Amino acid sequence: MVDANIDVLAVIRKYREEIRNEWEEGLTAQNVGSGRAALVDLKEQMFEFLNLLQQCPPKDPSGFDHYAWQAVRRFLEEFSRVRVSQGFSSEQTATFVFSLKKPLFTQIRKEFGHDSDSLASATWAITEIVDQLGLYTVAAFQKTREDVIGRQQMELLELSTPVVKLWDGILALPMIGTLDSARTQLVMESLLQRIVETGAEIAIIDITGVPTVDTLVAQHLLKTVTAIRLMGADCIISGIRPQIAQTVVHLGVDLQDVTTKASLADALSLAMKRSGFSITKKSE
Amino acid sequence: MGQFLLVTIQVEMHDQLAVGLQEDLASRVEKWGAKGVLIDISALEMVDSFIGRIIAHISSISHILGAETVLVGMQPAVAITLVELGLSLEGVRTALNVERGMEKLRQVLLKQEEFHGGD
Repeated sequence: MVDANIDVLAVIRKYREEIRNEWEEGLTAQNVGSGRAALVDLKEQMFEFLNLLQQCPPKDPSGFDHYAWQAVRRFLEEFSRVRVSQGFSSEQTATFVFSLKKPLFTQIRKEFGHDSDSLASATWAITEIVDQLGLYTVAAFQKTREDVIGRQQMELLELSTPVVKLWDGILALPMIGTLDSARTQLVMESLLQRIVETGAEIAIIDITGVPTVDTLVAQHLLKTVTAIRLMGADCIISGIRPQIAQTVVHLGVDLQDVTTKASLADALSLAMKRSGFSITKKSE
Repeated sequence: MGQFLLVTIQVEMHDQLAVGLQEDLASRVEKWGAKGVLIDISALEMVDSFIGRIIAHISSISHILGAETVLVGMQPAVAITLVELGLSLEGVRTALNVERGMEKLRQVLLKQEEFHGGD
């Protein structure tokens, strides 16, 4: 096994130009139509990759995870990351690595063609190395994609719970969509933070856009109200639809202490009154 | 109107400090005949159940000694912790900051005077 390893990397070193040419031919044939700039990038990447491969020390008993292969791993991670952002698929990205097999096979036939045993073990060595590199590329690709999804989820979570200022000292939190523990937690934290920042004494949580309320959600809302009161402000819950009102009573949730209003307009009117504002209509 | 006592908690309050505060406050309320106590906890970033209970006790003790207590400047993290711990701090008045706290104390004490028909 170790012997064959020595051979592969030596082959790469010895026939570098030929390997690179054949590899380039193969890849560019597939890349037809992606533009000259992309082609130049591709050539640079191939050059660098072969460089890094060559530098891997010959005796490598522990395999691909070894520190010696770190530069190659980093290259593949960066390569995959760029490919994800450019919109390539995982197959296209991995092809970069897998297409290295054929040029390598061509060269080892030259080197070991006379001895079928050596040829076989060299073939196996190449297959092993290239497969590992290719799989690592795919894994790096997947991870980059997953990171993007994770980031987008966070952004979505933040976007969907804005705290708006309705008037001096009156904040509103319009909730839209289903409420789960994570979201409610975020809601609570951002609302409380804004109350401290603005010194608003009344917060209105509007749940017109919430389709259903179960015991857990009701409890979360109650906790939020309690926390707001603890801090020295007050809270009104508005936008309670008839079905939700029925559900809440049916579930036996105790909303005695909490001020609730059917519409945001009613809640605003109450909040204004409590804050000492009165609104009069100008006569025409 | 009697005097107001303002207590500002600047450092993270560990258990001994909290108990000490309780005793200290009680004796000062008595000594100076303070009618109102304002406890500013805006520098407290975290509380545990022990501190939470101490705060509630301080308020009750002051009340018994004839002073009203208002807690001001509670941070969101503290409020959330107290709610999660199930400590609702019954009977403890709160306000967002010192100014509002003073205003609240004045209103409370004014009402008391009216109720008791003046001193």
